[in-house]
Amino acid sequence: MTTTASTRAVVTGRKSTTPLRAAGVQRREQLVSWTFLAPFLITFALFLIWPIVHGIYLSFTDQSLTGAGGGFVGFANYAEALVDPIMWQSMWNTVWFTLLSTVPLVAIALLMAALVDRGLPGQWLWRLSFFMPYLLASTVISQIWVWIFNPQIGAANNILGALGLEPIAWLQNPDTNMLSIVIATIWWTVGFNFLLYLAAMQNIPSQQYEAASLDGAGAWRRFWSITLPQLGPATVLILILQILASLKLFDQAYQMLGGVASDTTRSIVQYIYEAGFVNYRFGYSAAISYVFFAIIVIVGVAQALVTRRKKEL
Amino acid sequence: MSTATLSPTEAVTVPRARRAHRPRLPGQKPFAPLRVTAFVILALLAIGWLLPFLWAVATAFKTETDAASGDPSWVGATGITGDAFTAILSQGNVYVWAWNSLITSIAITVITVAISAGAAYAFSRLDFRGRRWLFVVIIASIVVPPQVLIIPLFYEMLAFNLVDTHGGLILPQVVAPAMVFILKKFFDAVPIELEDAARVDGAGRFRIFWSIVLPLSRPILASVAIFVFIGAWNNFLWPFLVINDTTLMTLPVGLQTVISAYGVQYAQVMAQAVLAALPLIIVFIIFQKQIVKGVATSGFGGQ
Repeated sequence: MTTTASTRAVVTGRKSTTPLRAAGVQRREQLVSWTFLAPFLITFALFLIWPIVHGIYLSFTDQSLTGAGGGFVGFANYAEALVDPIMWQSMWNTVWFTLLSTVPLVAIALLMAALVDRGLPGQWLWRLSFFMPYLLASTVISQIWVWIFNPQIGAANNILGALGLEPIAWLQNPDTNMLSIVIATIWWTVGFNFLLYLAAMQNIPSQQYEAASLDGAGAWRRFWSITLPQLGPATVLILILQILASLKLFDQAYQMLGGVASDTTRSIVQYIYEAGFVNYRFGYSAAISYVFFAIIVIVGVAQALVTRRKKEL
Repeated sequence: MSTATLSPTEAVTVPRARRAHRPRLPGQKPFAPLRVTAFVILALLAIGWLLPFLWAVATAFKTETDAASGDPSWVGATGITGDAFTAILSQGNVYVWAWNSLITSIAITVITVAISAGAAYAFSRLDFRGRRWLFVVIIASIVVPPQVLIIPLFYEMLAFNLVDTHGGLILPQVVAPAMVFILKKFFDAVPIELEDAARVDGAGRFRIFWSIVLPLSRPILASVAIFVFIGAWNNFLWPFLVINDTTLMTLPVGLQTVISAYGVQYAQVMAQAVLAALPLIIVFIIFQKQIVKGVATSGFGGQ
């Protein structure tokens, strides 16, 4: 019993009975702690903290990839970014994509999970069909959807033709190319949200359904009164994860257009990439990165405030 | 497994007894109209979700002429052929890229899990100066999108001479503060009595970590590892920036260079897509339960 108490003291950092021994133990504990932490902290400092700090510095210089420049230019990059029409267009494209993709990605995932959770036969097949696309690399899904959206031979226009509708130049037309990317993205990533919803639903004790059923509640009634209310916290979390993921649009948008910059699909991450690695303007690219980062932080803080209020209620 | 060893695991990953799916309720008929409707909707959704992939498979087995004809039938006019696959596989690069993807993804997964588990244990169990604020810094860093850091990271890789190396590809991807958070939450729930008993027997911290905590944490470690592996296997932006040498490319980046070059050969492009997709689909079919659980646990940030 006494040994347990003393080890607990070390664990929680409380002083042990003999001061001298306690000092030695504590010094050893410090050493052990830092040994456990060192590998993570070194990579954390080198590949996360240092780039953040150095990126801020770079954003105040006219550094280029070729090594030219590097002089301090003050807020010139930020001033330029704030009046750069392409920056604002990319920002709007990113927000537009987030608005278009988030609602279906959450709603379809909820529908899928609600249906699969009913315990219908074929569980294995449902999970495979809905989640499999998420396992595919962005390159693979881009290849498949570029082909589906091919205006001459693609399946999308075949379907439109069968319905008696006019063919659309999906990815080539600036009016529909973002929509095409949204459709491909929904197919690609909805399975992730589906699994999160399914996990949340399976945490609801089945006794509640049994009790409701004995009281004569039908399937709809049980869904509205038992399932949906208990999915509140999960929905908030899925919504936030989805918004943050959608704001980072790049891979599929870039690849489905074959790397060509389109004014209607260029996302903010793509503009960061273009400024840095196509136009070689590292300083300017870093400045746009931090404008984008600021937006992510605002979304993150808003999320924290909303969830806190939810908890208070 | 005895209940004693199961409880800490259950405490975090499975807060309440998780059911496989909702059991049939008393008085519920197997062919109730609502049930049938649900089944039909579900089947339609599943078909919709499988179709794009099935189209890709069907096209991969056509000749290039059939694939380019726009004929929507499942089998091309000239019948089924494996030519597209032979053409892709004879180019040789696909194997190299698949191998590169495999070794870099495994390296990222192993390093990430190892260093995150070490740090998480220190935050959960050990006492050291600066523990609280350090943890706050790490949690706060979860919000930093990796895309924001591509410029300074690339600059750093230039300085370290790591551009166009697998080291440069791997290292920036091993920092996963969210995984430290998930693992710390799990370690917090492991009963401290188990460790105390080992300490009485004279076991040191490393010994305890290795032979008590890690074995107890196998489910959560697997869950984190699966999550990290899928992310690493499919990562595009960073490998695309840091690797230029064709022989060092990962599958997503390598395939992308080929579509740009042979964009018009649809059967070959689809054969590539199918080949690249196959390994993960097979892995998913075999480890479906673990993957579903892993994604659910890590995806929610351990909540």
